[in-house]
Amino acid sequence: MLKKIRGTLMMTCECVRMSMDNIRGNKVRSFLTLLGIMIGVTAVIALISTVNAVSGSLASSFQSMGVGTLTVSVAGNNLKSGLTSEDLEQITDLDEIVGLTPSVNVSVSSVSYGSKIVTDLTVSGRNAYYFILNRDMVLQGRTLKFFDDDSATSVCLISQDAVDAFFAGINPLGEVIYVGGLPFTVVGRYEEDTGGGISSIFSGSPDILIPYTTALRMNGTDIITSFIVYIADGYSSDAAETALSDLLDKIFEYEDDTFTITSMETVENTMETMLGMMSSLLAGIASIALVVGGIGIMNMMLTTVTERTVEIGLKKALGAMPWQIRLQFLIESFMLSMLGGLLGVAAGVGLSMILCNVLGASFTFSGSAVALGVGFSAAVGIIFGYAPARKASKLNPIDALRSV
Amino acid sequence: MENSKFFEMRGIDKDYTMADEAVHVLRHIDLTIREGEFLSVLGPSGSGKSTLMNIIGCLDTPTAGRYTLKGREVEELDEQELAELRSREIGFIFQNSQLLPRLTAIQNVELPLIYAGIGGRERRRRATAMLRRVGLEERMDHLPTQLSGGQQQRVAIARALVGDPSILLADEPTGALDQKTGRQIMALFRQLNAERRTIIMITHDMNIARNATRVVHIIDGVLTEGGGTADA
Repeated sequence: MLKKIRGTLMMTCECVRMSMDNIRGNKVRSFLTLLGIMIGVTAVIALISTVNAVSGSLASSFQSMGVGTLTVSVAGNNLKSGLTSEDLEQITDLDEIVGLTPSVNVSVSSVSYGSKIVTDLTVSGRNAYYFILNRDMVLQGRTLKFFDDDSATSVCLISQDAVDAFFAGINPLGEVIYVGGLPFTVVGRYEEDTGGGISSIFSGSPDILIPYTTALRMNGTDIITSFIVYIADGYSSDAAETALSDLLDKIFEYEDDTFTITSMETVENTMETMLGMMSSLLAGIASIALVVGGIGIMNMMLTTVTERTVEIGLKKALGAMPWQIRLQFLIESFMLSMLGGLLGVAAGVGLSMILCNVLGASFTFSGSAVALGVGFSAAVGIIFGYAPARKASKLNPIDALRSV
Repeated sequence: MENSKFFEMRGIDKDYTMADEAVHVLRHIDLTIREGEFLSVLGPSGSGKSTLMNIIGCLDTPTAGRYTLKGREVEELDEQELAELRSREIGFIFQNSQLLPRLTAIQNVELPLIYAGIGGRERRRRATAMLRRVGLEERMDHLPTQLSGGQQQRVAIARALVGDPSILLADEPTGALDQKTGRQIMALFRQLNAERRTIIMITHDMNIARNATRVVHIIDGVLTEGGGTADA
């Protein structure tokens, strides 16, 4: 038994050596053949790891938006075009909701500091609660506090863009800027959220944030039309949405189309499902390339068997058993396919790095994609190599030698 | 008794069907060979001698009759067993040496040992010894194309002998060689026979056949124990 295993092992080594000789002896043809497998594996790996990376960064940006939030936009009706602070308090009083952040955009013709005037800055009102949840975004200074909301103070936080526009080389904290003609004291500097976080939901990332109560006053209204609510721990997104929807229905007296609620969870789930479908669809298409590559290998192996009829016949005459011939050809197609697979893994990893870079997702090396690529090409080599190997082993040595 | 079962053919027939017509290539061949004999099978082309060689070499099985080699009934063996028997008992030498072009002389000689499952170092030792025996020790790392026809045939002889087979089976071993080289190869055959090697040589050339200790004729598939004359 042991001897048999040793014999098979030795034969395998010999076959590997012979196959390498043959592959090297037919460099161009071998390369063209393994190109099919290589392209297939490259496609599979690049697609899987790119889709993984993209869905990973989508998931993390959803995380930063906060699953556990609901985005509400209010269209209102003829009698009531939005929500008042009292309405918002009612919402906050719901068991399912811990707090909310209104977004009150103010349109101003210009913002100035000293002699510098900039016209295209966006200004938006927020509350203290917003900064409790997004504390990390403040780089310098303080956040807005509840007393800013309560007394509609004239303070602001400004984005790095605005800092660059006004305060090159100056510490902006404590400086006074004029927003739409009104003086605001700069109390903080924040980083624009580029990752599609909360702020981007409210019509892009504003340049200047002020207390929402101040913003309402500047707009000459007390109407709020868009806000985010935060779901309390222990409540599902659905439960919160139902409660909120019931309350808003009551406020708007059950009129249709007065408001829309978007659940991040629903959006994320939909995105995930779509990405999953896309991923398997693309992998499916890529595996067609693998099958085509496998057929290429099979074709070359069949040609090789025909070409090497004499060699096979001779080896049989010299005492080669059918299984030994079969092993040799199987190993040859296996090695050819694996070689293509390994090159494909390298190219696929490289390609997905480039794709991730272009798409702005962070590349993570996907071991499972590599394993899939290698495993796939090994399987292709064996499956598509089997028929030619069998043909070679069944070759009649007499016919083989007669064709001399 | 044991000696008579070394090689015995009784009533061997071989039929082929060609264009719906049965062709009787071999008819009732009886042949017994003793260990250590040097036998020539002499016959013109189309006489069935190649078919006979294939059957002797366990490459083919007869349609009818019994063939015993080293006590084994060849006609009862399956493909796997035939391969094993071939590997152990038969050393083939072909007309144009049939060396694998990408392998060196010694690698060609090692080939039968690879299939017999003999390990690397032992294989190399035996192949080297056999190349020395045929006088090609210095050329063992040459590729076949770097060797002359006679040298190639010597490598082929070394390859046939390396597995220490019971029978050396040669098909027109001098067919592709010039006369002088052919004579050298025949001299080597006679030496090997003197070393008690059993040799069966298939040829159409009376002058070559004469080197053997015994000549049989085959014409139209019928084998006759030969005298000294030939019509080929």
